Amino acid sequence: MQVIPGVDLELQQLPAPLPIWHARVSTEQWRAAAQRVAAAKGRLVALWGAPQPDAGANGASVCAAYAVPPGLAWLELALDAQALSYPDVAAHFPAAARMQRATNDLLGLVAEGAADQRPWLDHGVWPPGYRPLRSESIGALGLPGAGGAAGAARAAGAGGTGGTAGAGATAEASGPQPADYPFVRVEGDGVHEIAVGPVHAGIIEPGHFRFSVVGEKVLRLEQRLGYVHKGIGQRFTQLGALQAHRLAGRVSGDSTVAFAWAYCMALESAAGCTIPQRAQQLRALMLERERVANHLGDLGAIGNDAALGIALAQFSRLREDWQRVSMAGFGHRLMMDNVVPGGVSADLAPALAARMTLQCGAIESELKVLRGIYDEHAGLQDRLMGTGMVSPQLAENLGLSGLAGRASGQRADLRCDHPWPPYQALGVRRATQDGGDVAARVEVRFDEAFESLRLIRLLCAGLAPGPVHAEVELPAHGNAGAGWIEGWRGEVFVALVLGPGGAIRHCHCHDPSWHNWPVLEHAVIGNIVPDFPLINKSFNLSYSGHDL
Amino acid sequence: MWTMLRQIITTGIVSEAAPTDSAELRVASDRIQREILDILGQALTIRQVDAGSCNGCELEIHALNNPYYNLEGLGIRFVASPRHADMLLVTGPVSRHMEEALRRTYDATPEPRLVVAVGDCGRDGGIFGASYASCGGVANVIPVDLVIPGCPPPPLEILRGILTAVQRIGQKRHA
Repeated sequence: MQVIPGVDLELQQLPAPLPIWHARVSTEQWRAAAQRVAAAKGRLVALWGAPQPDAGANGASVCAAYAVPPGLAWLELALDAQALSYPDVAAHFPAAARMQRATNDLLGLVAEGAADQRPWLDHGVWPPGYRPLRSESIGALGLPGAGGAAGAARAAGAGGTGGTAGAGATAEASGPQPADYPFVRVEGDGVHEIAVGPVHAGIIEPGHFRFSVVGEKVLRLEQRLGYVHKGIGQRFTQLGALQAHRLAGRVSGDSTVAFAWAYCMALESAAGCTIPQRAQQLRALMLERERVANHLGDLGAIGNDAALGIALAQFSRLREDWQRVSMAGFGHRLMMDNVVPGGVSADLAPALAARMTLQCGAIESELKVLRGIYDEHAGLQDRLMGTGMVSPQLAENLGLSGLAGRASGQRADLRCDHPWPPYQALGVRRATQDGGDVAARVEVRFDEAFESLRLIRLLCAGLAPGPVHAEVELPAHGNAGAGWIEGWRGEVFVALVLGPGGAIRHCHCHDPSWHNWPVLEHAVIGNIVPDFPLINKSFNLSYSGHDL
Repeated sequence: MWTMLRQIITTGIVSEAAPTDSAELRVASDRIQREILDILGQALTIRQVDAGSCNGCELEIHALNNPYYNLEGLGIRFVASPRHADMLLVTGPVSRHMEEALRRTYDATPEPRLVVAVGDCGRDGGIFGASYASCGGVANVIPVDLVIPGCPPPPLEILRGILTAVQRIGQKRHA
């Protein structure tokens, strides 16, 4: 079978609920696949590097996951340990550029011929030459190098439960300071730069934005991310496969259900475990609840960024109502750690399912009123319409994905394209817009929230009887698995490689923010600086999910 | 416009109609406001710093600002600059890449310069621990007055922690 048209590969289909194939490829096939997938308008889902300890301390392979009409193709190219390089794919998929830079930072794999070779996740504070995902780095617990000694000394003085640790200590010099980053300079009459971050003026994740502006108008935005890189890739290898869903659930807190499900799907696929129907339904129930929670929060925040205070008050009230029912139903307001390997952590009581159904009705009628207010508010619409425009053509060229993609005419939604259980029984209706502006992203959020409310009612009404958990037996000789989930922000992908005894050899978590951050740089061009928060919020991309 | 007004009126003031778990808080709100004034002589201003969190704690700190918790009614406000803040509310783990930024934020904050670390990760690095990329808990980088454990702690716990930290300042002054 040819999953990628025109490229013959030895494909092995993984036993996952979605159609996912794995293939080892040659350099030539790697190059051809990128070309053919791009020509057939497929998508690059993720690109990452994986250590290959069997091939020596430097052993590594580079992987790419492509979405093509039949499903997902996970291609793996083993690299020569003497020359760790592979052909660039960013020429076909611009979103790959930062992923390739990150792969170099984490593993020392170089994309040959890539235009941008600047470091991305490495801010220059790691020991020289340190590659955190190399086999030699993995398993070496503790802090490496000189910075590590300082870190360890500080750690020793830390109070476990608070108190005043290191009293009086102020800005003592620590290890190496962050290196300068070569931003692209814009020059010309009246051009000046505005530097924002990493500490932002609000309750937001950290990152740096460098605006080049003339007066109010943005000529260029360049992002500098990686500030919340906390070593998740390396950390995975120190955890047991049956415990690591907790780490996956903390890749990005707002997508905890999506990542935990994707991780568990990968693990269950590697272990050949099938979960009970009721567990599938409860996972979908949580995923849709997560989607609604985030859409409610974002809709309020977008209104607020356009100076409509009532929007924040109303939507944050609805979100709080929503989170409290999640708490009652699953024991956690964000549903963290409720998706576990083999199923879900606890069953949902019938009374709570009934309460969730009822709440859907209540939220739906409130949402209708609020949507009416949004639609009819001329001042608000003036701020939303035509702002932060990404045309469908640009979205396709740059690979805009997920919710933002659907607001720019990109139709992909895994729940519709490859409905896995229980979605095959639900008939998810796709929400798309062609406008590509903030207003379109608001519309998609409203539509998807209404659709999720419908799905939640369907799920609650049709919960199958039976257990909510199955035992997962780790494969004795190791195996690979993948998980692919449509989270609220877009497609979340997890690639998991288990070694002998079921130990995690490598786990890569991919957030759709990788694709959408670079597009945000384009969306703000020509807009005024005060509209940036509004545009940024309409995408609401993850820093933590990107920085890992 | 009419729909907007109608929505405001039909919603009413939810802070008073909060469910039972915050009843204790509502009764105490007058006392809390008085205490903040007694201790600080002014409203409490907070600068939130995400020093590497997964964003879960931020969601709950955001939730603390919703109408149910009536935070500003208690005399507590989030501000945009550390120079305007009495307290830093820091989530962790502190990533190596945020270590310097956190330290500079701390240096820019005037006295009483309370530091409250939020979440299990802010306490000790949580599931991320300490590594080449993570310094672990907030106290490994700047002095911490109080830790609010939880993953993430719910808004009410965050509020309790903030108020406890303020009271400790009062106790220190009286001691």
